[in-house]
Amino acid sequence: MKDKNLYNYILGIADNSLILGQRLGELCGHGPNLETDIALTNISLDLFGQTRSYYQYAAKIAGNDKTEDDVAFLRIEREYRNVLLVEQPNTHFGYVIARQFLFDTFHLLLMEKLQNSGDEHLAAIAKKGIKEVSYHHRFSGDWIKRLGDGTDESHEKIQEAIDGLWRYTDELFHVTEDDALVIEAGIGVNVSQLKEEYYKQVSEILTEATLTVPENKYFAKGGKEGVHTEQMGYILAELQYMQRTYPNMNW
Amino acid sequence: MTVDLQPNIDSTLISVLETVSDPEIPVLTVLDMGVIREAIEIDKIVYIKLTPTYSGCPAMDVIGDDLKAAFSKVGKEARVELVLSPAWTTDWMSEAGKQKMEAYGIAPPLEETADKDALLGNAKIVKCTNCKSTNTRLVSQFGSTACKALFQCNECQEPFDYFKCLK
Repeated sequence: MKDKNLYNYILGIADNSLILGQRLGELCGHGPNLETDIALTNISLDLFGQTRSYYQYAAKIAGNDKTEDDVAFLRIEREYRNVLLVEQPNTHFGYVIARQFLFDTFHLLLMEKLQNSGDEHLAAIAKKGIKEVSYHHRFSGDWIKRLGDGTDESHEKIQEAIDGLWRYTDELFHVTEDDALVIEAGIGVNVSQLKEEYYKQVSEILTEATLTVPENKYFAKGGKEGVHTEQMGYILAELQYMQRTYPNMNW
Repeated sequence: MTVDLQPNIDSTLISVLETVSDPEIPVLTVLDMGVIREAIEIDKIVYIKLTPTYSGCPAMDVIGDDLKAAFSKVGKEARVELVLSPAWTTDWMSEAGKQKMEAYGIAPPLEETADKDALLGNAKIVKCTNCKSTNTRLVSQFGSTACKALFQCNECQEPFDYFKCLK
């Protein structure tokens, strides 16, 4: 394993938190009610906090006086390694909750394993993050049940969102070439081994919420290799605007 | 999980550390919060290890600056390092701190199992900070900052924050 492999591996975890945090941040002041608005932006803040810890570490590995801000703001689209799921838009509240639930379930399983990483930095970030992520998971799981087992309209809308986002779930378990080397070194988590448990847990909650578990044959992937959906460019345009327009700007 | 987690703080530095408070909960000092994990003085330089309550807690930068300012007032340079491990837990909050917090209008964290019951809405055990009734209800799992949930009292109608148990 070389430093470059580890760097890419870290980004594969951190970029999910950055992009999902950005998506949730878009809802600040636009949540369906005050409590939900606050909850979603709180989750966003937790994710940004975790991202910072990962990026600080990644910047140290990259050397050349790179900073966490360089890593966050000055990469091109193909260099972001987040999964396609987290970049999907806030189409309606059902999509926000479905995306969160499908990601949180994975995120929690990942943090549980990453706590035991052979790399002490990553293990420390995971030990800190897991407490927050389990809280996110409780929030999104509760909403899945509330919407699924709610009114006819809420049931229909959350089912539509689950069906629409299901095609992005398989990518969560994709292992890239960089990942494989980092796993071999006893640092990375082999996400392909989390797949069975993931679908079991997700199906349990969907069933409890009186929802139908989709049965897709085809899944989309590419994000972890830097090939994103059309949504990504718009996110980066907003995310990177200040640093691109006023390079090296500081608070 | 007990002895190792005691912070290593030079007793000579406590009087200065006590002057620095949490910007979000000004009645609590950084020592009450348990976020100072180490504070030692070597050759006139104070080395401080600070741990965040939540990963994204925006108060950390302010606390770091406040610590430097507080020590510069007594002619000392402070160097603050942020540490993540071991992760902060509400157990590190002092008893005095929890009492001050309640008097300030924030219900202090319950024990872990009680906390889960309270946050899942199964048990009425969070005490209203205004009238002390436990006939309260969870309004939102997330409150005004990452570390708090929002409750309301069914008796006196007071809305109040509950500091979530974190373990």
